[in-house]
Amino acid sequence: MSLLELQGVEARYGEIRALHGVTLTVDEGDFVALLGANGAGKTTTLRAVSGTVKTSGDVLLDGQKLFRRTPEAMARRGVAHVPEGRGTFSTLSVLDNLRLGAWVHGNAEPRELAHVFEFFPRLYERRLQQAGLLSGGEQQMLALGRAMMARPRLLLLDEPSLGLAPRVAREIFGVLGRKNETGTTIVVVEQNATLALEAAQHAFVLETGRVVLGGDAADLRKNESVRRSYLGY
Amino acid sequence: MTNFIQQIVSGLASGGIYGLLALALVLIHRSTGVINFAQGEMATLSAFVCWTLISHGWAFWPAFGATLVLSFAGGLALETTIIRPIQGGPLLGIVILTIGLLIAFNGLDTWIWGGAAKQFHGPFSTAPIRVGGVAFSKQDLGVIAVAFVVLALVGVLFTRTRLGLGLRAAAVNPDEARLVGVRVPSMLALGWGLAAVLGAIAGVMAAPSLFLEPNMMQTVLLYAFAAAVLGGMDSPLGAVVGGLLLGVLLNLVGTYVHWIGGELRLATALAVILAVLLVRPSGLFGRAAARRV
Repeated sequence: MSLLELQGVEARYGEIRALHGVTLTVDEGDFVALLGANGAGKTTTLRAVSGTVKTSGDVLLDGQKLFRRTPEAMARRGVAHVPEGRGTFSTLSVLDNLRLGAWVHGNAEPRELAHVFEFFPRLYERRLQQAGLLSGGEQQMLALGRAMMARPRLLLLDEPSLGLAPRVAREIFGVLGRKNETGTTIVVVEQNATLALEAAQHAFVLETGRVVLGGDAADLRKNESVRRSYLGY
Repeated sequence: MTNFIQQIVSGLASGGIYGLLALALVLIHRSTGVINFAQGEMATLSAFVCWTLISHGWAFWPAFGATLVLSFAGGLALETTIIRPIQGGPLLGIVILTIGLLIAFNGLDTWIWGGAAKQFHGPFSTAPIRVGGVAFSKQDLGVIAVAFVVLALVGVLFTRTRLGLGLRAAAVNPDEARLVGVRVPSMLALGWGLAAVLGAIAGVMAAPSLFLEPNMMQTVLLYAFAAAVLGGMDSPLGAVVGGLLLGVLLNLVGTYVHWIGGELRLATALAVILAVLLVRPSGLFGRAAARRV
């Protein structure tokens, strides 16, 4: 059963068209990586799903076409979007950031908080600090932890490894893998294609606002043009 | 010494009113970046509503409660019908709109209630009570108590409730707030409603000593600006502390610095604004958003 389907989705920022008809399917429980050069439309694809950019074309969740997609409504439908650049509430505490993650469920449950702190013990140590004072890696953990608090069905992540030390990036992807094993569907945009293709089951390659290639991550790793363009060997 | 203590207490009382109005300004400023110049006139309008209810035979506290409810609804309605359509446009446009509202509310008050000052009988008698040889007015003590209770309630709302969390999130980062599912426009409307309630409390508390007339809150608004700048334009706690400090400072300076006296009271407040902007632009409690790259 496909959880998410995009059919001929187009998007534009003013005069500039960012997506020229993106069509792709993400199955329930899947772990999907979106690859592509800068400006290929990866970020915009995520934004099209979470309703943070105006689009035409169809977006389907559970096979149902979604008409009014606002970010608030998509959050209620179980879509959690972690945008690029560790979007946190910088002047609020780590704990408040996590509580906000559970906003759509009402109050944050202690059990969920404990769950996130289990994944990221460092967030527990820093729970009373201002989010803006965390290191880059910790902010990414917080952004991910906040998304986990929403208990999303579909987790969208934009460049979770950007600017992080390789060890921290692996830690983040390790957590994503574990969340995926427990049933969360994940779509990740990632510059580090090696890391992404290791973690993901499926991948799509975007070029100039279109999907040009898609399939098993393992197959794509062997694909000549993917290797040359994104893996660098 | 007796005079000194009395001046401090009455300074705290007027400072409490500045602080409440400053708190209203801060609530709107920190969520939208707008300075609501109409805040003072909104407070006056609320005080007129309360006065009207009382003059129709209502007891003070029920009239006060009804006024707060009406003010909340009014603030909410003002945001959704007048402010929201131009929200997202240039800030200057919204600021000019609030100046327009100031004039409109002032005109409305004069049109309905006339320009003559009215006596407003507050809940606290003006009779003095004596504590160890020092006489305090009950009115002053009552206003101080109200200011502290309101501050505590606002503090609880913001730091202990889910609604407060949503209000803060919408203020800090509206885009992220929408992504976690917070209805940001509703939060902004609630912010205006709350600000209107705080203004109403300030207006009703000020009316017994200032006499009720359409221009009643105009100078108070300037003191509230000074209080907000002193405490930090984005800090609710700062607004109230700034108001109390300013009230005490103005009273002491007015009493003990003879060349300032009563005439230069407002100028002193403006000097405070200037000094804070020069020395510590973010105010006593304000902080530039912490960011580590």
